[in-house]
Amino acid sequence: MRDFAYITANTVSEAVTLLDEKGQSARILAGGTDLIVQVREARRDVDWMIDIKSIPEVNVLDYNADTGLTLGAAVECYKIYAVDEICDAYPGLVDATKIIGGTAIQGRAAVGGNLCNASPAADCIPPLIVLNASCVIAGPNGARELPVEQFCTGPGQTAFDNGEMLVSLKIPAPANNSSSFYLRFIPRNEMDIAVVGAGASVTLDDAKQTIVSARIALGAVAPTPLFAEEASALLAGREVSDAAIDEAAQAAQSIARPISDMRGTAEQRTHLVGVLTRRALNGAIQRIRDAA
Amino acid sequence: MTENKEYKVVGTRPIRHDGVDKVTGRALYGADFQIAGLLHGRVLRSPHAHARILSIDTSRAEALPGVKGVVTAQDLPSAEDRIADLGEGAVNLKHLCDNILASDKVLYTGHAVAAVAATSPHIAEEACKLIDVEYEVLSPVLEVRQAMEPDAPLLHETLKTTSMGETADEPSNVASHIQHTLGDPEKGFAEADIIIERDFVTGTVHQGYIEPHNATAHFNQDGHLTIWCSTQGAFTVREQVAEILQYPISKIKVVPMEIGGGFGGKISVYIKPVAALLAKKTGKPVKVLMNRTDVFEGTGPTPASYIRVKMGATKAGKITAAEAYLAFEGGAYPGSPVGPGAMCIFAPYSIENVIIDGYDVVVNKPKTAPYRAPGAPNAAFGSETVIDELAEKLGIDPLEFRLINGAKEGDRRADGPVHPRIGFIETVETAKAHPHYTAPNGKKHHGRGIASGYWFNIGLESSVTINVNADGTINLIEGSTDIGGTRASIAMQAAEVLGIPAESVNPSVVDTNSVGYTAVTGGSRTTYATGYAAYEAAQDVKRKMIERAAKLWEVDVSNVQFEDGLFSSINGKEEQISFRDLCGQLSQTGGPVVGSGTVNPGGAGGAYATHVVDLMVDEETGKVEILRYTAVQDAGKAIHPSYVEGQIQGGAVQGIGWALNEEYIYNAEGTMTNASFLDYRMPTCLDLPMIDAVIVEVPNPGHPYGVRGVGEVPIVPPMAAIANAIYDAIGIRMTELPMSPDRLLKAMGKI
Repeated sequence: MRDFAYITANTVSEAVTLLDEKGQSARILAGGTDLIVQVREARRDVDWMIDIKSIPEVNVLDYNADTGLTLGAAVECYKIYAVDEICDAYPGLVDATKIIGGTAIQGRAAVGGNLCNASPAADCIPPLIVLNASCVIAGPNGARELPVEQFCTGPGQTAFDNGEMLVSLKIPAPANNSSSFYLRFIPRNEMDIAVVGAGASVTLDDAKQTIVSARIALGAVAPTPLFAEEASALLAGREVSDAAIDEAAQAAQSIARPISDMRGTAEQRTHLVGVLTRRALNGAIQRIRDAA
Repeated sequence: MTENKEYKVVGTRPIRHDGVDKVTGRALYGADFQIAGLLHGRVLRSPHAHARILSIDTSRAEALPGVKGVVTAQDLPSAEDRIADLGEGAVNLKHLCDNILASDKVLYTGHAVAAVAATSPHIAEEACKLIDVEYEVLSPVLEVRQAMEPDAPLLHETLKTTSMGETADEPSNVASHIQHTLGDPEKGFAEADIIIERDFVTGTVHQGYIEPHNATAHFNQDGHLTIWCSTQGAFTVREQVAEILQYPISKIKVVPMEIGGGFGGKISVYIKPVAALLAKKTGKPVKVLMNRTDVFEGTGPTPASYIRVKMGATKAGKITAAEAYLAFEGGAYPGSPVGPGAMCIFAPYSIENVIIDGYDVVVNKPKTAPYRAPGAPNAAFGSETVIDELAEKLGIDPLEFRLINGAKEGDRRADGPVHPRIGFIETVETAKAHPHYTAPNGKKHHGRGIASGYWFNIGLESSVTINVNADGTINLIEGSTDIGGTRASIAMQAAEVLGIPAESVNPSVVDTNSVGYTAVTGGSRTTYATGYAAYEAAQDVKRKMIERAAKLWEVDVSNVQFEDGLFSSINGKEEQISFRDLCGQLSQTGGPVVGSGTVNPGGAGGAYATHVVDLMVDEETGKVEILRYTAVQDAGKAIHPSYVEGQIQGGAVQGIGWALNEEYIYNAEGTMTNASFLDYRMPTCLDLPMIDAVIVEVPNPGHPYGVRGVGEVPIVPPMAAIANAIYDAIGIRMTELPMSPDRLLKAMGKI
């Protein structure tokens, strides 16, 4: 493992100044569950690791039934699923936080870090997309917000400009009669990276029969996680039925652009997009109907 | 002694002697070893699967501050094409040396090319990047059938096929061809009412031991070399290092540290001679550790194979003939386990007409190493699937079909040996009566499969010394590294002889200067052969203790009897003394008592296993979930039943991994793309049900307590058992391993 310098930043502006100054040779360190491994395996050259865990804003975990969730960039997975209200409001996100690594990793790894690592197979990104999450980004020129579906630009690539960092994620409060679901396919039951991931959020009418709106997102089937916009749109106003869900699943399949690699073949992934989209939509609908 | 009888210690479940140290983190492994002045070594490995080395320039690495020495194949004594006998069979010395550090060609991605010793592991790693190697990249051959094609790129320009004593004229990737015949196969197939013939393909799989290879080497000023390392056999390390370095065995001491798994993969040496070369060059102790990628790319897996099996049977279910074609990848150098595969493939059955052809073929992958019953699992995947199909087509219950055809004492194996008393039929009968097999199995996409397996087991040399302590305990000195609880199973056999509890035995695994020659922990031999040596050493102690009692009571030794831990005088004097009390009298009766036992036994008993598995197939994703697993096995006599069960469970689990997901995945350039535990998918505890291990005891007449080796055979049946269960679930015969979700989706026509 090569040498690097470690710096603790105590404020957002301090971190941004450092990032701006050091450029590509610097990297933000939160849980480190991706970064440390990448440096150890010589997959990433880093001269400066800027630890942000002492910055108050990146540790915020605040849920309000009217305004939604503010999730600091460095908040570890285990803190999220420890809050019952968050589990009730955003079950799709909680699904992801519970399958990222094992218990020990969940004690270090942050949802924000999972997003900034920008893996096409990241488990947190499809649920963030379907939950309409946005990124609060700080940079040398001030703060800006960006929808999560626009954040990843390629494998490991993000929309950050030089000196920018993620401060927090904002997720709107869930609508009535809504829920979300995330699942992935892995050949084992643990210790795998998603061959395909699919997230869905669904809002039903009061009778819980008709879909008011839905959002579908896919992981590991393109250079970035995908928001399946058309597949989502064609569900709006439809009665819940196998036919409607199959149609959405087919539309989702049509946007998948998977590769074949050691984790799965392109044909297998395209097929699984259909299976997982159906399961994610049905899972979200079931959660709405199961809710009192 | 062939009858099963009651013992006091044998067959009980005492706590293993090494258990507390291991569960509390006190046991010392090779990576824990520290010594003053220690340097750290790192190996530079080939990025190409097949290339000629044009030049190696180490000058930039040597100039890096902190670097103390760099070695390449130039530092090895020159190795001609010479055959070295290393106990585990003859090995071409050039091949052996070239696999340690490549001299003229690299033959697989991960092939060691050079090594650096530096003051820190990080400097050594950086220095490796500064070694300039110029390669002429060649086309790789990555699959056994391609490698056998006449126009395939050649790995070794001098390798020529040997076939039944004849050597071919032209070079080839086929190193050897073997054949076994019995009876008249043509006639046998003519007598069959049904003939099934199928092709099978299996992937390259790794043992996946948790602890990576490690070695620390140190040369004393007088030229004595000491190596501390993780190994399955300190003496085989001594022999291999002596051969490779052309150094006398008497100047090499190998100290076996605790071992974190081996499964056959820690018999061959890789970094041990490299650490020794670096230690020699720098004059300092040097530690070399592998990481997981090094282990996958640079050490021996068990090979991929292509197998064709043809079997014929009468309507009544009697097998009339069997034919097998086995082509195994040896990896970069000859030495695949096709031989044992050919010995085992039809061994569970009594078949009069058999022909088996085996081919050992080199490809651009790491040189294969033993892995738990090497060769037999590949072979059994083919034969046991065909057996299942025969039984199904004939409408005969698969266990009943095995009872009709099962091998018994006196039957001849196709490769020659006649079976002594064996327990195959007993494993089948036990499986048939087991509640698992009699439980209903009818749900949609649920399936049940069964398969059997055979492994012959080996004997080889073992030595044990027993030092008697004044407090009635004994120190048992042995040379077998303890991978699966053998300190306990060996100590218990000595304890049984001496009538003392297992806890009164203090077993130590020691270095090569401190115990008699002992072959590797492998071939399921340790509880059998080293246990046998412990039995003999304890008999020696018993004889000597009887002499002491006789001396004490001033009677003839023939008047002293030893039973239940008590010496007593017969014929006249009424004297009694316990083993413990007599131990306290040694100084007065002639001094210390030391017993020794050495063996090279020829009576290793073959082991059989029959497995039953229930599983569920997700027809939308192709994922298989193992629901219930029962493994029945003949252990001869289970010395410590818990560790026999542990071996059975471990073997079954490794077989489940091999069946479902494990394989080396290569890109077109011949580099493994899944060289990590993240992407090389071994089963985790969440992927497995409790494995129900059922021990059957048909004593082996070749051992005082009837022990048979137990460690290897449980990995033989799982692949076929699972394939047969998948057929039961979805009606499709899977013939390629692993039966991963994508292959199942393809077979079901979903993609």
